[in-house]
Amino acid sequence: MTDQNGPPPSAQENSTHGIPVYQDDAIKNFMAATIFWGVIGMAVGVLIAFQLAFPMLNLDLEWTSFGRLRPVHTSAVVFAFGGNILIGSSLYIVQRTSRVALFGGSGLVKFVFWGYQLFIVMAALSYVLGYSQSKEYAEPEWFIDLWLTVVWVVYLVVFAGTVFIRKEPHIYVANWFFLAFIVTVAMLHIVNGLAVPVSFTGAKSYILWSGVQDAMTQWWYGHNAVGFFLTAGFLGMMYYLIPKQANRPVYSYRLSVVHFWAITFLYIWAGPHHLHYTALPDWAQTLGMTFSIMLWMPSWGGMINGFMTLSGAWDKLRTDPVLRFLVTSVGFYGMSTFEGPLMSIKAINSLSHYTDWTIGHVHSGALGWNALIAFGALYYFVPRLWGRDRLYSLRLVNTHFWLSTIGIVLYISAMWVSGIMQGLMWRSYDALGFLQYSFAESVEAMHPYYLIRGFGGVLFLLGAILMAYNLVKTMKGHVRNEPAMDSVPATAGARG
Amino acid sequence: MQKILEKNVLLLIVAILLTVSVGGLVQIVPLYTLESTIEKVDGVRPYSPLEQMGRNIYVREGCYVCHSQMIRPFRDENERYGHYSLAAESMYDHPFQWGSKRTGPDLARVGGKYSNHWHTVHLMDPRSIVPESIMPGYSFMAERELAYLDVRDHLLTLKMVGVPYNDDQVANALADIVVQANGEKGDVDAFLARYPKAAVGDFDGDPEKITELDALIAYLQILGRMVDFTTYKPEMSNR
Repeated sequence: MTDQNGPPPSAQENSTHGIPVYQDDAIKNFMAATIFWGVIGMAVGVLIAFQLAFPMLNLDLEWTSFGRLRPVHTSAVVFAFGGNILIGSSLYIVQRTSRVALFGGSGLVKFVFWGYQLFIVMAALSYVLGYSQSKEYAEPEWFIDLWLTVVWVVYLVVFAGTVFIRKEPHIYVANWFFLAFIVTVAMLHIVNGLAVPVSFTGAKSYILWSGVQDAMTQWWYGHNAVGFFLTAGFLGMMYYLIPKQANRPVYSYRLSVVHFWAITFLYIWAGPHHLHYTALPDWAQTLGMTFSIMLWMPSWGGMINGFMTLSGAWDKLRTDPVLRFLVTSVGFYGMSTFEGPLMSIKAINSLSHYTDWTIGHVHSGALGWNALIAFGALYYFVPRLWGRDRLYSLRLVNTHFWLSTIGIVLYISAMWVSGIMQGLMWRSYDALGFLQYSFAESVEAMHPYYLIRGFGGVLFLLGAILMAYNLVKTMKGHVRNEPAMDSVPATAGARG
Repeated sequence: MQKILEKNVLLLIVAILLTVSVGGLVQIVPLYTLESTIEKVDGVRPYSPLEQMGRNIYVREGCYVCHSQMIRPFRDENERYGHYSLAAESMYDHPFQWGSKRTGPDLARVGGKYSNHWHTVHLMDPRSIVPESIMPGYSFMAERELAYLDVRDHLLTLKMVGVPYNDDQVANALADIVVQANGEKGDVDAFLARYPKAAVGDFDGDPEKITELDALIAYLQILGRMVDFTTYKPEMSNR
């Protein structure tokens, strides 16, 4: 079964052997869109981070208030930045691992690209202008939801169609994960978004579910947006990129089978850990907690499979900053999938819930895992898609790596401190048995940590801008005159 | 098994769909079938038209990103916010607004805690009342008149998704907006019979027009006040 243990050789490199011309124009668009939306989404993130430190930045205008901009940030980074790299990578990878061009030719994939960008623009504009369902990570109103459904079904047709007409006997492991991502996200999106519009000419609708059932449906959706959009899909990227960049086969085929089915089955149960101690019945909370803890195992199965693929190639981390992005992302994946089950334990959740700890946890996953692997993917794909021998500058990739990593560490440690402090302040009593702090005092105490978090965000954003510069130069075919990465003995990065 | 699935994409898709369906079915379906899910308590009623329009503004502005509406059964939360929240209290909430983050305080029982005037000043300039506050100001709401001419359609849509508005409530929807925002412009007693405990009066200090601020404050003032907890027994929420 050696043919499953590593992706088939990149067909582009053997294009003389009757290998099809891949459909790559639209994939270039997805890469460019990823860079564009990444910078926008992170910039909005920095803005709203500073709004919490300096409320006058809300400008007291309706379009710039935190409440409207926060969904712009989350949708832009998750669905625009994350979504574009996911769709782009999946369509690049499925062609190479199936050895056929995309099903449906250039027409269908173009529709997916432009249709998806239209979805993003409509969603962002609608939040700013005051149309929101206020369901977390599912804010777009009914007509935008409908449009996304159409685009997503076409995406499934293109992806599954390409797998269907493949020239390889087996479906490569990355594609199992992409399929789970596409199919499950479709299911979640449709069920969670069922709504009745007040009028077919207006934007306002009322969601079909109410109260406790809506809460359960929402977090069944919300947690699995994490589980299948931000985890399964990105694991698909990992299963192609790490073996390719390290030039090693996937560590264990058996482990990939087991952790694929375990993740697919277990993740969907974890939603109620967002509703501990609420009016959701206890039996559902207990189920959610139990399955969240069980999830730790398959999550680390994926991490181990990613890490161990580097067996015998660890020295490459010293000289290859692209591989360093990929491997560090897997490290953050392991860390946040350990923290997640921990926070789903009810006793711990009673402290962490409603606080910044949750925000820190989300960002250790979103910045550390999703963004870092997306950066690594861009650095991998752009030179290949634009037919360049190498990136404009590996040294700038290295700088980007350190800017991001320091940014993440500042961000998540500030949120750990502020979150735990908030939780403790809310529940602390004075000697006479009265609540010791007013809520406003806990808000005031957050200020220094909001500054540190904002600063971490600025570093992360600067790194992304540097990447954009590096990649645009690469697309244009420029090459920076610089010493090679391995010419400096034992650089700081060697210990990364 | 895996050998077949990884060679047949259609079977693989079906297997994935079956695998991911189990958890959702087990966790969501019983919430509709088990009668104990929602406590049997008196007092929870559909929102009045003005409260519902105010709620729509709350939803539109994304207040949930900073304010929860779900008090947990802990000593400190009960002292800070009041009795823990019941499932019954949000049974007519489309969508639910329990929230997930308390950058600001919980609002599940904010109704009746502060005066209308306090809310008006606070919403327009939060730091004039709470210097430590980091909330955005919403002064534009005091200027903008509430768009409520289609309120009957809103009630009918809510009725379609399960909120038990009766014919009387639907028929009087427009008039109820006017009377709740200004007690002198209609039959207050009939209105209160339809919507017990609703706060009536001019909310934002400008009786000339019905603004978005009026609607939002009307909504905030009913939050958490529908259930009479003097008659509530904790056994009702044994689930």
